[in-house]
Amino acid sequence: MIKIDNLTKKFGSSISLDSVTCEFNKNDSIAIMGANGAGKTTLIRSILGYYHPDEGKVLINGYSPITDRVRVLKDISFVPQLPPPIKLNIEELISYVVTSSDVERALILHYANEMKLNIKENLNKSFFKLSGGMKQKLLIAISLAKKSNIIIYDEPTANLDPNARDDFYRLLKQNEDEKVLLFVTHRLEEVKELVNRQIYMDLGKVTSDERV
Amino acid sequence: MKNLSLIAYLDLKESIRAKWFLVYSLVFGGLIALFFIAGVTESQVMGFSGLSRLLLMYIQITIVILPIFILITTVRSISGDRDNHILEYMLSFPISLKQYYWGKIIGRFITVYLPVLFAMIIAIIYGAFKGAEIPWSIFFLYTGLLFALSSAFLGIAFFISSFVKSSEVALGIAFFIWIFLLAFIDIALISLMMQERFSTELIITISMMNPMEIFRVAAISLFDPELTVMGPVAYYILDTMSQKMFVFLSIGYPVILGLVFATLGFVVFKKKDLV
Repeated sequence: MIKIDNLTKKFGSSISLDSVTCEFNKNDSIAIMGANGAGKTTLIRSILGYYHPDEGKVLINGYSPITDRVRVLKDISFVPQLPPPIKLNIEELISYVVTSSDVERALILHYANEMKLNIKENLNKSFFKLSGGMKQKLLIAISLAKKSNIIIYDEPTANLDPNARDDFYRLLKQNEDEKVLLFVTHRLEEVKELVNRQIYMDLGKVTSDERV
Repeated sequence: MKNLSLIAYLDLKESIRAKWFLVYSLVFGGLIALFFIAGVTESQVMGFSGLSRLLLMYIQITIVILPIFILITTVRSISGDRDNHILEYMLSFPISLKQYYWGKIIGRFITVYLPVLFAMIIAIIYGAFKGAEIPWSIFFLYTGLLFALSSAFLGIAFFISSFVKSSEVALGIAFFIWIFLLAFIDIALISLMMQERFSTELIITISMMNPMEIFRVAAISLFDPELTVMGPVAYYILDTMSQKMFVFLSIGYPVILGLVFATLGFVVFKKKDLV
């Protein structure tokens, strides 16, 4: 599904990704770990097509996320580490997702409900005015409703309380079949039960890649 | 197409809720209200009276404040979203960069143009209510000129926004461009003219390439088709083209300039790292 071939990304003189080669296939559930500056976020952003590689390439189902971004992003759900301060209200954000990604509105509401997020009373509230936990829950609900084959979570549980984490793990377990799940995390114990592969990165290189 | 209109619609809604839009609308609406309260329509200076005089004053003030308003509110459109990671999330959905960029431009154009236009419409309605003669030709031409000026500065603002990494730098560049086009370029050209280093035609041509300057001269040409208030410079302009042609150019050129800058901005946006 995801093929990363000899990928190098530099920012000025610093090398963020140094000839990274790896492949993520169906039913892979991967924890990507490493110290700050190891290149985890750069790798994720390269998969999403945000960065133009200096060398090498990324292919998602055979397509480049830069030149075929619409086709590629139909198949990817992404939840960032910190929910951004989007000024749209929840209704508008949902309509953005529904229209751009052909997602069923009812499905977003369903997953929000499963995450114990009282969305119906907050539809006219600006997204950035929600609490950190509520924002994260909504983004998780959207990511699941999108029914993508590739789901990327960057520290997904950072803002969630223990109950919400349990809800998140339960929903992921129900939705993990035939997918690629990518978790960027500093705390392996949080996703240990969900992953079957651990990748460690350091100084832009993959230092270990093992199945568990 | 649905994504383009979706982006434009959401940007429009987001802008209308923003505090800057409230201030922006109040400034232009307030200007018109102030002119009426001050009795501008009842006064007469150099033969201009009624709504013509009001529109003349409105347009003179608009030359100064519209570009800076457009620049400072728009220049952070993409760079601000990049700064606070909104772009990272919003572009993780299957929307093409073309739809995102041009949708933003369309939404922002409607936001900046409508309050300026509405202020003029309010003036016309109020003037008609008071029984003043409505100068339709001036109204339509000013509508066109404001459309052109808005296009030019919106294009410039999106161009800056596309390549600048932080919104603070974007604001700095926007302010510099405004002050440069408003005053510095004139001062430089006047000094060059006095030193007679370049031909006068070249200096006037450079001056007319400034969208604020061509807007200003076109606005004057409506009341003074011979451009007599400008002195000998008028000969160079009106010897080169007719007054009608000049007015046409003063609308067409800024629109094209805006489109060129907006397109350049899109090329940069597409070629550069998105976040």
